[in-house]
Amino acid sequence: MAINITINGKQIEAQAGQTVLQAAQQNGIEIPTLCYHKDLSPSGNCRMCVVEVKGLRFLQAACVAPIYEGMEIQTRNDKVVADRKMTLEMMLANHPQDCITCEVSGECELQDLAYEYKAQAPYWGSKGTRYPVNSDPNPFIRVDMNRCILCRRCVSACAEIQVRNVWGVAHRGFDEQIVAGAGINMLEARCESCGQCVAYCPTGALSNKMNYGAARAHQVKRVTTTCSYCGVGCNFDLLVKKDKVIGVASNANASVNGLALCVKGRYGYDYIHHPERLTAPKVRRYLVDGTVKPKGHHDVTTGQPNPWDWVESDWDTALSFVAKKLKNTRDTFGPDTIGVLTSAKCTNEENYVMNKLARQVIGTNNIDHCARL
Amino acid sequence: MNFSESLFIIGSNTSEQHPVFGTMLRRAIKNRGVKLIVADPRRIDMVDFATMHIRQNPGTDIALLNGLMYIIIEKGWEDKAFIEERCENFDEFKATVMQYPPQKASEITGVPVGQLYQAAEIMATTKPMAVMWAMGITQHIVGVRNVMTLANLQMLLGNMGKPGGGVNPLRGQNNVQGACDMGGLPNVYTAYQNVINDEARLKFARAWGCDEAPRTKEGLQGTSSNGLPSTVGLTVTEMMPGILTEKVRALYIMGENPVTSDPDSAHIRHCLEQIDFLVLQDIFPTETAEFADVLLPGVSFAEKTGTITNTERRVQMVNQAIPEIGQARQDWAITAGIAMKMLEGQVDQPETRFVKMDAPWAKWNYTDSSDIMSEINALTPSYTGITHSRLLKGERLQWPVPALDHPGTPILHTKGFARGKGKFMPIDHVPPPEMPDDAYPTILSTGRVLYHWHGGAMTRRAKGLMEVYPEAMVEVNQDDAVKLGLDGKKRVRVTSRRGSIEALAWVTDRVPPGMVYANFHFPESSANELTIAALDPVSKIPSFKVCAVKVEIVE
Ligand code: SF4
Ligand code: SF4
Repeated sequence: MAINITINGKQIEAQAGQTVLQAAQQNGIEIPTLCYHKDLSPSGNCRMCVVEVKGLRFLQAACVAPIYEGMEIQTRNDKVVADRKMTLEMMLANHPQDCITCEVSGECELQDLAYEYKAQAPYWGSKGTRYPVNSDPNPFIRVDMNRCILCRRCVSACAEIQVRNVWGVAHRGFDEQIVAGAGINMLEARCESCGQCVAYCPTGALSNKMNYGAARAHQVKRVTTTCSYCGVGCNFDLLVKKDKVIGVASNANASVNGLALCVKGRYGYDYIHHPERLTAPKVRRYLVDGTVKPKGHHDVTTGQPNPWDWVESDWDTALSFVAKKLKNTRDTFGPDTIGVLTSAKCTNEENYVMNKLARQVIGTNNIDHCARL
Repeated sequence: MNFSESLFIIGSNTSEQHPVFGTMLRRAIKNRGVKLIVADPRRIDMVDFATMHIRQNPGTDIALLNGLMYIIIEKGWEDKAFIEERCENFDEFKATVMQYPPQKASEITGVPVGQLYQAAEIMATTKPMAVMWAMGITQHIVGVRNVMTLANLQMLLGNMGKPGGGVNPLRGQNNVQGACDMGGLPNVYTAYQNVINDEARLKFARAWGCDEAPRTKEGLQGTSSNGLPSTVGLTVTEMMPGILTEKVRALYIMGENPVTSDPDSAHIRHCLEQIDFLVLQDIFPTETAEFADVLLPGVSFAEKTGTITNTERRVQMVNQAIPEIGQARQDWAITAGIAMKMLEGQVDQPETRFVKMDAPWAKWNYTDSSDIMSEINALTPSYTGITHSRLLKGERLQWPVPALDHPGTPILHTKGFARGKGKFMPIDHVPPPEMPDDAYPTILSTGRVLYHWHGGAMTRRAKGLMEVYPEAMVEVNQDDAVKLGLDGKKRVRVTSRRGSIEALAWVTDRVPPGMVYANFHFPESSANELTIAALDPVSKIPSFKVCAVKVEIVE
């Protein structure tokens, strides 16, 4: 059912059941939010999205206020702006003033809004030094509750997206605090280290531990890709600084998973730069020496040169050994004495060329991969 | 799944194997009140969200499902119209199911009769029901029959080919689907075009510049050695023992680690020791590298561009984010390099193989992976319209995509089954190949954990994951722990007829008494030292899920 409302003097047709925020967003009118996130159920607790509604004495939280026929809304008049600024200053009163070293500077919603509304931390504030920094032993998630603005997005993300209910709210008033379980550490509270709460946290209260100090948002190149682990096929962005993958970030356009990822997808990336990566082709010494292959396998280090030693080689040499050996085997014993194992971890294009090599060049159907395993 | 009223998870540890999919299921249960039945010998995490947990004995899925179907038929809960219109062979199937009255099903499975009735009632009254399964169904000697039995159940309930219904396999590795689609199987070219089908063979022979006549048996003599083989090749589970009989003399392995991921590791090592020549292309020197003659450094997903296909047939881009590390090369370029060297200076003589390089798709000098995709488009009906440029524009494509302007196909079989009517298959329970006895009194089942992946080559090199899950753990039931006298001691030795491992014991009610559960992420205590290489006769999938072991304390 269509409903007529007025926003900032402009007549708008909206749908019954929408909130003021939804109606405004649909019409390209921006209302700032903090505790609200479109994936999570709204709680209306932060009061950033307040608007003035004609005839109502108090400002209304746009994320929860339902529209009604004839509603007249002001989203950015002086009263609204002053109220939002005060809301921000109350938050800053209880927040560290050290954006300069904060992990999420440059991608912090509180920082952006405080800047936009020219909010200042009041002199009487506690300056947010009440809690230990980096207070949780979780290896992936850095917890600094001094930076928490009690928006409860982490509580909702864990409860509604991950359905794990790790985070809760303890105490009231000035002591109000986000806690894992009944004040235990995250893993003890059955956290699965998915990082959903980090992805939804608007500030630096929850951030990624593995890349703490690695790069500022503006130094990072983001490349959207698909996860290399399981068959769900989540999309995310790789964060790259100077040709090094320093992290993974959720990408809101991901078709399968939205902002959600699992612990392997989000935090299992550091194998990419592991020192044990193979970085040059290697061949056994007996191939270089042109001697016969020793019986059995002797992966032993005797100190003496051994026919089974690995010798680093250039690509041309290594590929020539392979081609020659496969060709000889094919022509002497027949194509079916060669087997090809392609990979469920590799791309379609890579699998296609393996299938072509086996069938066209070698002439065998002996090709398989570990789908069965 | 968005339309399901109930879910039946059997043989899938969804929240650990397909974590984000697991959270989607949890959301459906929490937000829409969808009912969940879990059938698993272990109390896996999904059980926390289940309406009921059926704890069947390992390896008795067919007896369980037949027992449930007996009840459904007994109560008249089957979807008669659906069976009449869209299925065949019902009577023969029914005769088999009638051999599984609840009492008998209960004896085989260990599930109380009352629970069988309760489960059957939920299935019959909350529709559509989606069935989700994974390796827990296929990794048995009766894997293929297990899958058919699930199809029987869904046809009986009229849940086939409906949104929110169906049988939904959850694919393990990120691109299992794509590796199969691309002809990485011994019996098919791309898009399941069968190698024994003359038409398919001719199509590829012409495209790739091979002779039209099929290759001769040995492929050695005469001009017909230039054709494509018209018989099915070997599976990986056949190639390994083939080494011992010199049926297989050389292997080219890309990105796989059979020493840790195949059953009976000791046997695999024994086979690989005998091989003439092994080329391994990977990003790490895995346990298999020890047996290789040449090691070729490929690249990780962060260094490559290409496509992968998820469990819902959705084709998505992997985009290169960083340059190749060291001298590592694009995996397709390595394969192409080998091909070009093998074809270099080839002569059209009877004693060797000859490829006519002027054929339309004989070439190997690809410029990049999208160049390879063009060739895939030309030869693969279901991928005809899937190009990198469409995907990069943000189009979401699920195959089949038969044309460049086709939007893709999110749901298969809405109107009918691929082969006309759905056929009911009469299927009987077969006990697992190795059952506990006096010497090996405990059942071992194997699988993965949330924090690690497969042979562990990647995740054991991820620091944080190792911090949370640093070494292999074997799940042992409390009662068994008491009997063993585990009391405070931490390590157990698990031994089967094939090998022995030591690992940390995790005393938990996740496993029932008489059963232990181990993973294969850590080579030094990998479950595959113990598993049995007994294969399903059709799929050749090993029976990872059941074998007999004995458990002792490490003092
Ligand atoms: S990491 Fe995931 S499971 Fe852990 S607290 Fe955050 S949202 Fe919850
Ligand atoms: S992020 Fe997790 S659930 Fe998603 S594809 Fe990767 S491994 Fe699978």
